[in-house]
Amino acid sequence: MTKFSDKDILLEIKDLRIQGYSDETWVDIIKGVDLTLHRGEVMGLIGESGAGKSTIGAAAMGYARDGTRICEGSSIEFDGMELTTATESERRALRGSRIAYVAQSAAASFNPAHRIIDQHTEAPVHYRIKKRLEAQEDAMELYERLRLPNPQEIGFRYPHQVSGGQLQRAMTAMAMSCRPDLIIFDEPTTALDVTTQIEVLAAIRDIVDQFNTAAIYITHDLAVVAQMADTIKVLLKGEEVEQASTEEMLDNPQEDYTKSLWAVRSFKRKQKSRPTDGTEPLISVQNVHAAYTGGVKVLDDVSFDIYPGMTVAVVGESGSGKSTTARVITGLLPPMEGQVLFKGEPLPPKYTDRTRDQLRQAQMIYQMADTALNPKVKIHEIIGRPAQFYSGLKGTALKQRVDELLDLIELEPSQYYNRYPPELSGGQKQRIGIARALAAEPEFIICDEVTSALDQLVAEGILRLLDRLQRELGLAYMFITHDLATVRSIADEVVVMQNGKVVEQGPKDEMFRPPHHPYTDLLLSSVPEMDPNWLTELLEERGLDNIGEAATSKGDAAPST
Amino acid sequence: MGDLTRLVLKRLGLGLLTLLVVSILIFFAVELLPGDIAEAVLGQSATPETVAEMRRQLGLDQPAVWRYLQWLGGAVQGDFGVSLVSGEPVSEAIGDRFVNTLFLAAYAAVIAVPISIILGVTVALLRNTLFDRVANVLTLTSISSPEFFLGYILILFLAVKTNMFPAIASLSSDMSLSELLNRTFLPALTLVLVVTAHMMRMTRAAIINLLASPYIEMARLKGTPPWKVIVKHALPNAWAPIINVIALNLAYLITGVVLVEVVFVYPGIGQALVDAVAKRDFPIVQACCLIFAATFILLNLAADVGAILTNPRLRHPK
Repeated sequence: MTKFSDKDILLEIKDLRIQGYSDETWVDIIKGVDLTLHRGEVMGLIGESGAGKSTIGAAAMGYARDGTRICEGSSIEFDGMELTTATESERRALRGSRIAYVAQSAAASFNPAHRIIDQHTEAPVHYRIKKRLEAQEDAMELYERLRLPNPQEIGFRYPHQVSGGQLQRAMTAMAMSCRPDLIIFDEPTTALDVTTQIEVLAAIRDIVDQFNTAAIYITHDLAVVAQMADTIKVLLKGEEVEQASTEEMLDNPQEDYTKSLWAVRSFKRKQKSRPTDGTEPLISVQNVHAAYTGGVKVLDDVSFDIYPGMTVAVVGESGSGKSTTARVITGLLPPMEGQVLFKGEPLPPKYTDRTRDQLRQAQMIYQMADTALNPKVKIHEIIGRPAQFYSGLKGTALKQRVDELLDLIELEPSQYYNRYPPELSGGQKQRIGIARALAAEPEFIICDEVTSALDQLVAEGILRLLDRLQRELGLAYMFITHDLATVRSIADEVVVMQNGKVVEQGPKDEMFRPPHHPYTDLLLSSVPEMDPNWLTELLEERGLDNIGEAATSKGDAAPST
Repeated sequence: MGDLTRLVLKRLGLGLLTLLVVSILIFFAVELLPGDIAEAVLGQSATPETVAEMRRQLGLDQPAVWRYLQWLGGAVQGDFGVSLVSGEPVSEAIGDRFVNTLFLAAYAAVIAVPISIILGVTVALLRNTLFDRVANVLTLTSISSPEFFLGYILILFLAVKTNMFPAIASLSSDMSLSELLNRTFLPALTLVLVVTAHMMRMTRAAIINLLASPYIEMARLKGTPPWKVIVKHALPNAWAPIINVIALNLAYLITGVVLVEVVFVYPGIGQALVDAVAKRDFPIVQACCLIFAATFILLNLAADVGAILTNPRLRHPK
């Protein structure tokens, strides 16, 4: 705080209360939060989902999302102007020109119908800050500063023609188009791969520095906020927990809740090694090549084994073929070449040709529990259906089995038996997804990014549950993830995939110890660490031209040299 | 773009197949109707001998399948036969009438489509206001009233009471365009009232559906004024459903005009169809129905092509 306290105050929020409309009543979402931001200061807002981070971010622009309202008595003062009493057009005149917004998903937040540069120049032309051509030149200059490839040309593409990491930087450039005093970054890197995240983080930090822009940086990732923010404010359920400078917050958190956030990555289970008594692998993927209809090859000679009772983590960036491998194993996508063995027996390539017993062995748990559970079906039917289908249970036996499964996933049967998925929290829904997979009594479960949509504390609960189930039921997991922290905590073996190929595989302890394959090295070193100087040091080490996509393509080329 | 040409060709091929099926259905449906043209034309004075003689002359004594194949053989070469009643070739008998129907449909469409889109955009902008509700109630009222009723109401007020427009749309070939537009204004207005509600409400719904999208919020947070958010950011992404509803309504303007034509005594294809069915004049019925079917097929194809052309992902591939 000391670094900024002598500067002018840019934004002062006092006793902010926001209500949201649900079930025909107004419910408090933000319960009296104060926030003071000086010129040039970057404040990190951190908390779990539902903590109200994004709502506060929008409120700093005087904006209440549909279905929410800012209550009487709240005060939001931006550079001497009280936003709660200003007229709508006065508030609108600030947006884009003096306060800009960078959204979580750039892919969804760019209008698909217009070229990127047309969206970039919209605000400066609208506010008559720049003429159209000037704004266009300025856009190209910003693209160059943000190290986008082909800065002269990239803006003339449509959003779907540009990759996620580039779009996120283009959106940061768009926020800069009117040189605002304040930018709200709402989880700008959450949807990106670790390797891409770095270049976006570096670009954001540079540009905020260069123009001395103040920023509110919203995220749930502590390591990220440690790189970006001068001060950190921790939120829980619409209330402030504590606020301090970044170093102080990392070294010496005061509140128990903050400490618990910091301690999340502590869960670690003992690594198991392959059985040496000649047991056959449970699942053996052998030289699988696969492609989607008419498309290019997405899997190129993929082979790995999964032994009973072990957890194999499959890691890689999006598009590396992790989920496609799962589809091949479950029979949803028959491979072009190669086969999948179950206990030494080849599985028919198409799921329609598999027997019921073969089908039950490969169960899936999905990333988005929201969309993987039918919202109109009661919990006991969701879990009971596979139990009925695979084990032929009926009547009281079925009910007993469902109760047993609910007990297994630590949800009180009497309470949840008759409820519908939308009534549950994200973590509870994911537990239902687990119970549904268990209902088939499989020996092998594919977990496809099961924790990446969850908050860290909730995710940790899910990991502990999966671990307990593995011990009790002797399950083998194929754990698809891009989060290396998760890999560290639960995997026995690691398979690293890139562009549809397995680049490296082995026991976890070996994989995390150098020397690595260059791509593994890149993935490992790209995971943000709690150290606030991590990004700076990493950038010095790698050099500015050697991060993100540039580094990925080099990692790609390396094996051949 | 090669994909698009392929799609159009494929759909046209399927369309021809559909027309073939339609022609079979129509032929046998007409066969199923009680009575035939000989009885219908000769009326009550018919003796069994005259009826049989007429049937023989028209070739109706031959088996139905054979007659259908004969008709089909001609149709493939572009000859749709002659009217059984008047003996004129079908193309002459309904050609002028089809042009009249197209004229009326185009007249109504030129008014209805822009009005419904502009209204739809306006009510989306002013959603849940008094204007929105009034516009909804009025257009829904007009769509829920039977067309002949609407037609008579319009005649009552605009023709009989105020004498602004002629009540009967009789046409002659030497009329000037402005006179033509004046004479056909009431039937066109009736059609406009019937189709506007549907298109307007779809425009409204398609736009409002998009208002929860992140890019709309982004546009708002960039300080874009509300009308520009709707027109520039929502509308370009809402075209696909709107175009589809427009196509359906255009098809309705051509195929659904029978009642309006009867009310305003307008010499269109709908009336020709009704007369032909009453007289069991199969070649005319068949030709009219095929025109209607082709209208639906072509307009739906046009809607799909339009939806593809307004989608930037398909227009500018990676």
